[in-house]
Amino acid sequence: MNILSKMQLATAASALLLAGAASAEPVKVGMITTLSGGGAGLGIDTRDGFELALKNAGDAAAEIELIIEDDQQKPDIAVQIADKMIQSEQVDLLTGIVWSNLAMAVVPAAVAQGKFYLSTNAAPSQLAGPGCDPNYFSVSYQNDNMHEAAGAYASQEGIASTFIMAPNYPAGKDSLTGFKRFYEGEVTDEVYTQVGQTDYAGEIAQIRNSDADAVFFFLPGGMGIAFMKQYAESGVDKPLIGPAFSFSQDILPAAGDAALGVINTANWSRDLDNDANTNFVETFQAEYGRLPSLYAAQGYDTANLLISAMGKADVSDQEAFRAALNEADFDSVRGKFSFGPNQHPIQDFYVREVVKDGDVLTNKIVSTSLTDHADAYVEQCQM
Amino acid sequence: MLLVAEQALNGLQYGMMLFLMAAGLTLVFGVMGLINLAHGSLYMIGAFACASVAAATGWFSLGLLASLIAAAAAGALVEMVVIRRLYARDHLDQVLATFALILVFSEGTRWVFGSFPLYLNLPPALQGAVTLPGGLQYPLFRLVIIAVGAAVAVGLWLLITRTRLGIRIRAGEADREMIAALGVDIVGLYTIVFALGAALAGLAGALVGSIQSVQVGMGEPVLILAFVVVVIGGIGSIKGALIGALLVGMTDTLGKALLPGFFANFMAESSANAVGASLASMLIYILMAMVLILRPQGLFGARA
Repeated sequence: MNILSKMQLATAASALLLAGAASAEPVKVGMITTLSGGGAGLGIDTRDGFELALKNAGDAAAEIELIIEDDQQKPDIAVQIADKMIQSEQVDLLTGIVWSNLAMAVVPAAVAQGKFYLSTNAAPSQLAGPGCDPNYFSVSYQNDNMHEAAGAYASQEGIASTFIMAPNYPAGKDSLTGFKRFYEGEVTDEVYTQVGQTDYAGEIAQIRNSDADAVFFFLPGGMGIAFMKQYAESGVDKPLIGPAFSFSQDILPAAGDAALGVINTANWSRDLDNDANTNFVETFQAEYGRLPSLYAAQGYDTANLLISAMGKADVSDQEAFRAALNEADFDSVRGKFSFGPNQHPIQDFYVREVVKDGDVLTNKIVSTSLTDHADAYVEQCQM
Repeated sequence: MLLVAEQALNGLQYGMMLFLMAAGLTLVFGVMGLINLAHGSLYMIGAFACASVAAATGWFSLGLLASLIAAAAAGALVEMVVIRRLYARDHLDQVLATFALILVFSEGTRWVFGSFPLYLNLPPALQGAVTLPGGLQYPLFRLVIIAVGAAVAVGLWLLITRTRLGIRIRAGEADREMIAALGVDIVGLYTIVFALGAALAGLAGALVGSIQSVQVGMGEPVLILAFVVVVIGGIGSIKGALIGALLVGMTDTLGKALLPGFFANFMAESSANAVGASLASMLIYILMAMVLILRPQGLFGARA
């Protein structure tokens, strides 16, 4: 594990430097994220966004000690890392998990042991409703949100019938449920694919054969790249709608022109016009030489939320620290950001189109489909 | 009707891709008695070589050529440096060593190319869909994969039955001490067989990389299926690999297409979709279990 040991070395070195500078009680943060395998791009962007926020914050972030480990997108490995971080390294707070199945394996146990968990991405419905917890905050969204926004968009556009498709795992089911919740037209087919599937010839045949007017699909990571390339080759011309995951900046170069013109919904976009976002996009590009993705933006916001809470309360005083997190007193790259009663965001969702900016494929906001949107599970949360 | 025809073509194309993987695997296993878990890494090497050469030169055909050369070279190198020491060892040692090779190749590829997927563009002449007799539109490149798979099957059959190298391969499979005693350079023969198997995997990687995505770890899921194909077809049999691959390709594709509709006859649609999808993903393993119960040596296997 070449990269991993390099990173551990780097984090250990930076931890030493930080320890030298820190005087007050440091916050020990354990980041578990996916840094190898097919989903590595997502975890790398999460990490890079988070670290960039620490760098941009300068002295304000000097008391954060960050440990990063690779979960390889495997639940059992994520659980092992979490146990080690909680028991032997005694972190105060965990963050960074990209995938919902990994989050379900790690988060309930971590918060039960009195640790904070700030989600940079995964936000399964179970943790928003009855399973909500005072120490669990989702800084990203609730899993259904982007799909709800896509459903709302399809209704606003008057699309009469839609073919919907997602992988057969918790987030996939949340996705199709979310879409249907806000879609007023008819769902012609509802198809579940395998997680990690790379060949969509069979599903494309079904799409070709259906009388739907449009296709809604949720296929994160490499799955989406494969689907879009194959769809573009297939000669089927029903318009595609999806959540931002398949059109994120980490995916677009690999998807290529197959993604041009596709409509997708997101809580963030590179061209959102606010100071925090302009600064984020510029410094990210300068630091890493590429455009930031949604995952990077959410990692960046999570780190800034943490820094804002540290300025107000000590992590050892859990009650006060929780209240400080709940205030969400930071400049989000999403413009406005606040937490609902179940500690999930209330935010706007945008409709974006994939466009070419010079040589680079990227997203452009065309409209807003949901404003000040919370989630469907907030009523079920008793805290 | 068009749907079933399209799914049958999809199954055929998937089967041909699996055949390219399984042929190399079964050749190496049959002739050299070696379990090579790193076969999927050679597939990945082919895809990365094709993507990077095609991107640098703008020629997809050069990329394909590069995938063959790179995978064959990597295969020959691996055979000479690592595998050669393992022929006399038992299968567990081979599994351990070749599993280590997977990690080395994956991390090495990540080190060179990074973690983000590469983009492999098809040449304009092979893009898009063609209309087949009967009005079915089908992606041209998938037809190309079917044709390449069929050509490789014929080529391998000619190689094994009609050439001197083929005679040696068959002889090596039957009795390696005897052909060594007859003065055949068995060490060189093994290197050639291994490189040939690797080149087939590399070709599969390059072809599939152009319709899917080129990324680290792409070889492992295919490797598992290739092993299923080898087990179903019978270890060491090229004919078995072809029939087994087509069987697995068809079962998987038609299962995914038809099972959800079948369950929808007697349960609610969204649960029928979920149950159908889950069962479809198990179908090829059920097929393998059934074949093994009826014929433990596989459909065309000589040894148990």
